[in-house]
Amino acid sequence: MTEIAATPAENTRLQRTLGVLRDVTARPSGAIGLTLVAFHVILAIISPWIVPYDYKAMDSLSMLNGPSGAHWLGTDHLGRDVLTRVLLGGREALLVTGIATPVAVIWGGLLGIFFGLVGGRLDEVLMRVVDAFLSLPWILKMLVLIVTFGTGIEVLIPTLAFFYGIPVIRIARAATHDVVARDFVSAARARGHGRITVIRRELLPNVLDTLMVEGAMRWSWMLLAFSSLSFLGFGVSPPTPDWGLMIADARGFMSFAPWGVLGPVIALSSLIIGINLTADALAKALGIDRAQKAPV
Amino acid sequence: MLMRRLFLGAITVWIVSVIIFAGVEVLPGDACTAFLEREAQGKLLENCREAQGLNRSAAERYFDWASGAVRGDFGVSANGQKSISELVGNRLRNSLLLAFCALAIGVPLAIFLGVVTGLRRDKPVDLVFSTTAVFAMTIPEFVSATVLILVFSVWLGWLPGIVLTSAGAPVPEFFPEILLPVIVLGMVMTAHILRMVRSSVIEVMAGDYVQMAVLKGVPYWRIVFRHALPNALLPAINVVALTIAWLLGGVVVIEVVFNYPGLGRMMIDAISDRDLPVVQAIALIVATVYVGVNLTADIMTMVLNPRLRTHALRGS
Repeated sequence: MTEIAATPAENTRLQRTLGVLRDVTARPSGAIGLTLVAFHVILAIISPWIVPYDYKAMDSLSMLNGPSGAHWLGTDHLGRDVLTRVLLGGREALLVTGIATPVAVIWGGLLGIFFGLVGGRLDEVLMRVVDAFLSLPWILKMLVLIVTFGTGIEVLIPTLAFFYGIPVIRIARAATHDVVARDFVSAARARGHGRITVIRRELLPNVLDTLMVEGAMRWSWMLLAFSSLSFLGFGVSPPTPDWGLMIADARGFMSFAPWGVLGPVIALSSLIIGINLTADALAKALGIDRAQKAPV
Repeated sequence: MLMRRLFLGAITVWIVSVIIFAGVEVLPGDACTAFLEREAQGKLLENCREAQGLNRSAAERYFDWASGAVRGDFGVSANGQKSISELVGNRLRNSLLLAFCALAIGVPLAIFLGVVTGLRRDKPVDLVFSTTAVFAMTIPEFVSATVLILVFSVWLGWLPGIVLTSAGAPVPEFFPEILLPVIVLGMVMTAHILRMVRSSVIEVMAGDYVQMAVLKGVPYWRIVFRHALPNALLPAINVVALTIAWLLGGVVVIEVVFNYPGLGRMMIDAISDRDLPVVQAIALIVATVYVGVNLTADIMTMVLNPRLRTHALRGS
């Protein structure tokens, strides 16, 4: 973690960030991953202006048509253009997970660092509650809230941010324990710095690497959860285009109209793989072994 | 240490039961208003509340629910017709069958591939399997399931793409329908465990005592099997357990995709029907399985690790 920062020439934070970025892009996995992610993010932003058709325009005369000059990826069971819907289908997912991921990492991270430093009885109790939450499958926790409060993004964002922040508490706490035992933290305490100062100046910079990698992983898991919920019919509501929902809709016609499934499958897979390749490269660049951690 | 671990496991299950119960209490509505929806008024609502015993205090109901659950009695479903334990029994067996088949294929395969890729780090064989593993573990289960159904069921016609066997059917009747769901689940499991074993093997092979053995001239395979592997696989047990537990969420999706009559699909149905007593029961069962799997892994690690073993026996 600190090897890079130790050399005087690279002491500023900006230079270190650039160094890590260079390291990430120098790895094949990082270069491919970042390209995929950047491609999807840019596409999500500009897609409303480049799509060939209206995503909800139905055409009863051309239902489930194969790929053609007019419809590059064919049409779905309502005669809507599949290409248009694939291009637009990641916007909701990226918006929701793009907000929920940083929120989850920040609240989980801060709570974890705080209790990692303070410890004590309250910390014990909190960890048991975290364990208890982790022992329930994600899908159950999310569905109960969604069924109660509805399926809009104003429910999905806080729900994802809440549940995916819980495991971060544990990871940040463990990372903090590793740092707290080091001399410079004792030194800071001996200098008479308060908890907040110790967290801000000593712990946060050292736990940040772990949290960054954690955030990248959590992003991919959130996308997985979001698209799974859409697939099951608990996420984005029609006619909004969403990959998970599109796959669910097109599955019934798979035997004679496989293009309806393949388009969203490739789009969703390439985004998730891109995020994971980036996370892998980032973990390697920062010297964090993420393979030894369980996906909690 | 063993006692402490058992105690912590029990505490976790207890907290889960409180969270599940309190969660349903705190959320707007109760089991009856949720189930009856618009018809939730007058006589119908009263009868339902009567049957569910909802007109008693929360503490009383929690005690009843929890003590019933300990005896394996989860009360009746929201429509008041069937005993939940009866409904859940076969479904739980089916889900365990699915998980067991996936584990039976996945764990040996993952350990074998993990060791091979770990020993051949950054060689072609490692790159191929490690990259495949990243793909297999990150692509959502419903996506890989859909693709596999398309290829093996629709195009090639080798395997049935949907499970039509009823929940109560004897185990042999689930074959060959169970194969595709097992492959999807096994794929994800294998990928996760492979990565952990690989990284564990790499770490151990770089250790001082392995280097020492190399310098002493111990034959390579003896180093691998006698010195490295026992140490590499021991910590993997725990992570494998956590992964299995985490995959319980994925099982739900797989069961829905393949129409598999397991606990996961029952849970989705119960949530859609707002049958809260059933949801509570399933949540508690799944959480107990999770805690149980982790507990087993901890105990296995203790028994297999000589250092922890003496520690545990001395009770310190």
